[in-house]
Amino acid sequence: MPNQKKYWKSEVELNEQSTLVEELAQKEFAQKLPEDLLGTTELPESDTSRRDFLKYMGFSTAAATLAACEGPVNTSIPYVVQPEQIIPGIANYYATTIVDGFDTASVLIKTREGRPIKVENNTDAPVNNIANARVHASVLSLYDSMRVQGPTQSGVDVSWETLEANVGQQLAQLADEKSPVALITPSLASPTTAQIISDFQAKFPNVTHYAYDAVSETAALNAFEQAYGKRALPSYDFSKATCIVSIGADFLGDWQGRGFESGYAKTRVPKGKNGKAKMSKHYQFEANMTLSGANADYRFPTTATEQQFVLAALYGALTNQSFPTPLSAEVKKKVAKIAAELKAAGNGAIVVTGLQNEDAQRAALAMNQVLGSAVIDVQHNTQLRQGNASVMSQLVNDLNAGKIGGVIMAGVNPAYTLPNADAFVAGLKKAKLSVAFSMKNDETAIHSQWVAAAPHYLESWGDVEMKTGHFALTQPTIRPLFDTKQFQDVLLSLSGSTQKYDDAIKAYWSSNILGGTSFNEALHDGYVVTKKSDNLRYSDNVDALVQRLARAKAKAGLELHLYTKTGIGDGQQANNPWLQELPDPITRVTWDNYLTVSKADAESLGLKNINQSDGALDGSIAEITLNGTTVKAPVLIQPGQAKGTVGLALGYGKTAGMKSEMQVGTNAYPLYKNFNPIQTVSVTVADGMHEFACTQLQNTLMGRGEIVRETTLEIFNTKDAKYWNPMTQVSRDHVEVDVTSQEADMWQPFDRSIGHHFNLSIDLNACTGCGACVIACHAENNVPVVGKREIRKSRDMHWLRIDRYYSSEETFEADLEKVDNISGLGESLSTFGKMEDPSANPQVTFQPVMCQHCNHAPCETVCPVAASSHGRQGQNHMAYNRCVGTRYCANNCPYKVRRFNWFLYNKNDEFDYHMNDDLGRMVLNPDVVVRSRGVMEKCSLCIQMTQKTILDAKLEGREIKDGEFQTACSNACGTGALAFGDINDKESEVAHLKEDKRMYHLLESVGTEPNVMYQVKVRNT
Amino acid sequence: MHKDSFLAHLPLLILSFCFSFVVAAQEPDIQKGKALFNANCAACHKLNKRAVGPALAGVSAKYDKEWLYSWIKNSTAMVKAGDAQAVAIFEEYNGSVMTSFPQLSNEDIDNILAYSDYTPPAPAAAAQPAASTTQAEGSFSNDLILGVLVLVLAALVVMLFLVTKTLKQIAAANGIEVVKEKKPKRTPLWKAYAQNPFLVFVTVVFLLLSSAYVGYNYLMQVGIDQGYMPIQPIHYSHKIHAGDNQIECKYCHSSARVSKHSGIPSLNVCMNCHMNIAEYNGEEDLEKGYTKEFYTNEIKKLYKAVGWDENTQSYTGETQPVKWVRIHNLPDFVYFNHAQHVSVAGVDCQKCHGPVEEMEIMYQHSSLTMGWCINCHRETNVNVKDNAYYTKIHEELSKKYGVEKLTAAQMGGLECGKCHY
Repeated sequence: MPNQKKYWKSEVELNEQSTLVEELAQKEFAQKLPEDLLGTTELPESDTSRRDFLKYMGFSTAAATLAACEGPVNTSIPYVVQPEQIIPGIANYYATTIVDGFDTASVLIKTREGRPIKVENNTDAPVNNIANARVHASVLSLYDSMRVQGPTQSGVDVSWETLEANVGQQLAQLADEKSPVALITPSLASPTTAQIISDFQAKFPNVTHYAYDAVSETAALNAFEQAYGKRALPSYDFSKATCIVSIGADFLGDWQGRGFESGYAKTRVPKGKNGKAKMSKHYQFEANMTLSGANADYRFPTTATEQQFVLAALYGALTNQSFPTPLSAEVKKKVAKIAAELKAAGNGAIVVTGLQNEDAQRAALAMNQVLGSAVIDVQHNTQLRQGNASVMSQLVNDLNAGKIGGVIMAGVNPAYTLPNADAFVAGLKKAKLSVAFSMKNDETAIHSQWVAAAPHYLESWGDVEMKTGHFALTQPTIRPLFDTKQFQDVLLSLSGSTQKYDDAIKAYWSSNILGGTSFNEALHDGYVVTKKSDNLRYSDNVDALVQRLARAKAKAGLELHLYTKTGIGDGQQANNPWLQELPDPITRVTWDNYLTVSKADAESLGLKNINQSDGALDGSIAEITLNGTTVKAPVLIQPGQAKGTVGLALGYGKTAGMKSEMQVGTNAYPLYKNFNPIQTVSVTVADGMHEFACTQLQNTLMGRGEIVRETTLEIFNTKDAKYWNPMTQVSRDHVEVDVTSQEADMWQPFDRSIGHHFNLSIDLNACTGCGACVIACHAENNVPVVGKREIRKSRDMHWLRIDRYYSSEETFEADLEKVDNISGLGESLSTFGKMEDPSANPQVTFQPVMCQHCNHAPCETVCPVAASSHGRQGQNHMAYNRCVGTRYCANNCPYKVRRFNWFLYNKNDEFDYHMNDDLGRMVLNPDVVVRSRGVMEKCSLCIQMTQKTILDAKLEGREIKDGEFQTACSNACGTGALAFGDINDKESEVAHLKEDKRMYHLLESVGTEPNVMYQVKVRNT
Repeated sequence: MHKDSFLAHLPLLILSFCFSFVVAAQEPDIQKGKALFNANCAACHKLNKRAVGPALAGVSAKYDKEWLYSWIKNSTAMVKAGDAQAVAIFEEYNGSVMTSFPQLSNEDIDNILAYSDYTPPAPAAAAQPAASTTQAEGSFSNDLILGVLVLVLAALVVMLFLVTKTLKQIAAANGIEVVKEKKPKRTPLWKAYAQNPFLVFVTVVFLLLSSAYVGYNYLMQVGIDQGYMPIQPIHYSHKIHAGDNQIECKYCHSSARVSKHSGIPSLNVCMNCHMNIAEYNGEEDLEKGYTKEFYTNEIKKLYKAVGWDENTQSYTGETQPVKWVRIHNLPDFVYFNHAQHVSVAGVDCQKCHGPVEEMEIMYQHSSLTMGWCINCHRETNVNVKDNAYYTKIHEELSKKYGVEKLTAAQMGGLECGKCHY
């Protein structure tokens, strides 16, 4: 039964001596009132008595009130000529595509009065790659006040004519001298850009084009080339998977250009007849705790070397060969079992690996070939990663040898992302010409002679081949904010063409892609699918390679696994406060990167994590040394981290072109030697402690258990729902009755059967914890960014949080069974030892929690001013203008979802994030109020969106169909975990979900009757 | 200032009066021609200025009369036939086709031409009335009378003083002592009042209540701008547009039908009509200074803002967006949707905005307070007719409440979250 399992949010909860958790559970607001509230810390010594203070305050408040009575004069400036399609107050949507070299997604952009305010999924596009948190947040990067506003030469503003004339002249000179010029771009996979670059090379034959990925997939690309003869990456359709084995591949994270979670989640929800429901099975071998590992049915914390052995053993088992590996007998048995399951799964089987090792990648391709996997699609492959590590290394050498005459860079920041960035900068200074097309004065731009101000993708044209035959278009959704030009336009002009980039796209598409269909239609849809497909043949023999894998030797020292975080990725959007404040799905840490260490290693190295009395987390600082390169990073003890490994995220520690608040974390790129994310390092303790802003222990549910319900597929199929999803019973007149029954209810029932009744269903099986909904909620609801200092004080403003719970693998029942089966002293010691260490390999559950919109809401009854009230449609309303900030409601909320505005977060220099400048405020949603200081706020179930749907239907005089009602989070959810709708519409998806046997409410026993429901998590174990 | 402008325009008025008189007396066909001109030609032609078509003054001298007859009756045919003059003029005016007037007889055309050729005689210098001097005299005499009165009164006061002084001196000289009569000692009224606790109590209560009343009323009107009537950068008269000319509100405020905003019309909407209406010819309000020149000048401001060159009848591309002063300001925390009230509920604009068609200067008619909104929601029945959205919910709700018609409040129009999010 689910409630027999112990769930914990943080390591500290497992420490029985610690009273911290108990203390925090008793305190709603962990922080006392700040003593420096009045700007002075000498308050106790002050002469001003309390009475005087009140007098002054009273007088000045009255004076300020009277002074403020004069209303401001507002002006309205209408268009001189109003564009036909723009009506003030009505949003326009444009289909476009983001391709920034790291993230690619087909999206819809919501614009209001000509300015983009939100990113949504373009669900019509067959390859839309599901917008993740970074893509959702990219709209804020458009309004980044640190953007370069026009072209400059050595920091002096110049005109585009000057730039083009001078650069053109220098290029011509370099061409005469036959001095090579390097053109470095990210992997754009843009057919028109490829054409433009080849025309440019025809005019300047000395130009070489380098596709450069900050986070490289070189090994996978090389392996695919070896196996299929084309340098590309295959595409995967995880919705066809029935058995997934991932060896070090975080395919729900940023592995191979990401975008697989949507297909994956489809197979993770048990479907089928009663008792015969099926779902896919997922095995994960990995070192760092990743999103994929957190969602896996079985997770094996393993080092990279062990992962190679597993690959070899698995290959051996699948091909009936034997490769002796040093794996323990237990693991070998497990691998044999997995191999059998893979074979049984037929073409639903898939093996993926993230090891940056050509042998490993080829072995994985070979296994999929053997299995006949239908999940992998080699004929529709993608060029979204093209970078070649050795070519880039050679380029840096050539630069330093003075062999390169000129460097043109567009959309890349090698002076930050290269492991040998210093060498690159030194080489760049030797080149006669250096041009950086950049949105920021970043590390590369400040060392370049010319900085060509580049537009954001929302101001740009572009095209991309997502995978073979699947094309997508990028179109501007706003006029360029600054004097910017795309590098394609400049290349066209330097090649002597009079064409603009958009004309070039149109011309290229008309002759090569569209095949007679309309360009405008493609632009409207944002994509076009053609019948183009490759015809690649597999020809590879990997037996010898696997032999090599099986003989891999572990190096002395700790294995460092570099990874990219859900929020920051490769670091392009590091100046985006939404992403900085997004809690990492696994660690729940904001505004930082850190060295993740296993508990055992931390103890042996003397690294510590300490929770302060208010729940804030401190960590030791570690010094990580690799071949003389030393990097300091704070330490976070990560349950589930493989022993002997440490993890560190790339993308942090950026300083150039960044607001000072955003300059956080440690730059890990210097450790990314040879573009290999796995390095052997030595770790030592450094002085001092680092203060984290971790939301892990915040908003604890006051020790109330039974928040997460889960079961196994077997129990789900064989036992009655009452067994694994029991309704809480209460005793009435010594008779046990359901807590939801009328007899147990002290409230008057209210008839909600008329009109709409909104419900939100959250499927714990489908939620991968990606955090896209959190950012979408920020964008839709003008949620403020409060900064690291405030987050540390538990004052985060997130309306929607994704709780992450750890649990030990065994249920308590299983624990007992285990103890019974112990035989002999030796076994008893080791088994008890293991059982006492649940954090070695915990299971993870993600649970998005927002306001539960209780029908019997505890917050409403305690509000002294009736600012919180209930709507007939099931939403719990919050009237900000009524709220006086008593915070009673937050105290009385069992779900801890109410957020208090401790400060004024807009137009306040103390909070210098996007809401403090005119540019950043352009992202605000005009339909939702910006809250002021001293006001409570919370999730509204996007009432502005439900109202908009209703108002539109009234205006058009029609009924509302299922699917029309959406919230920002349900819209953003690419996995279908969040479903929203009207339960009074009996045919709606959400009405069916409400009747599902997996359905339960949070803390049903409290009797709040929430309108948000959860679906029990079923593990395929 | 109003009076001044009236006086300045007086000669013109007199002149125009004379003109009409002279026309009537001398040339009867000119009068007819004027009527015909106004009925048929004035939409596109002006006498002395280029409009959509050329200025017509002196047109008979430029073209042969027979040519003019056929041109006016059917210009398109002439252009098609390739008449050199016809093609020239067609091209000069960017290929805009002149409407054919086959119904006009040659005589009519003669009358029109006579009217267009007519130059009124030079205005006789009208005698400047000496009104201003008389007016000045009038005010001068008033001041004088007042001054004299003040002097007289002052003299009287002085005299009284002198008399009492003299009397006292006489009495002193005669040895008479003026003894002040001794009044019985009485408690002063204020002391008596202060000593009466009941009265004090009543007064204090009264004062407290009244100050609370005044204070409450003062505070309750804070932020309410009922009657707010700011001066706008262009004097736009709703009275002329919506009242005199009966232009439908939603012609200009078109987004009120579909959007939450009613929208201030963009200037291209103004130009739909004002491309042809460059002068004001309607009624004047001389007292307030709203003369024809005043209004015409405001139209010029529009042209300047939108970048319209009257002489070439084309846009220059140089625009100066107008910064209107916003009158109806709802706080940020209120969501109000025009389309729901205008299109769905079918509420008249005047219900909230008042008699706009009578407003020379626009002002805020309603208080726009929450109580005002709520009252209306309580009283107004929802317009559910022919709206499929309401069919089911109306049926169920009217059963529940046992009423035939539902108010907005019964539909949930009083819930906080419907307007505050």
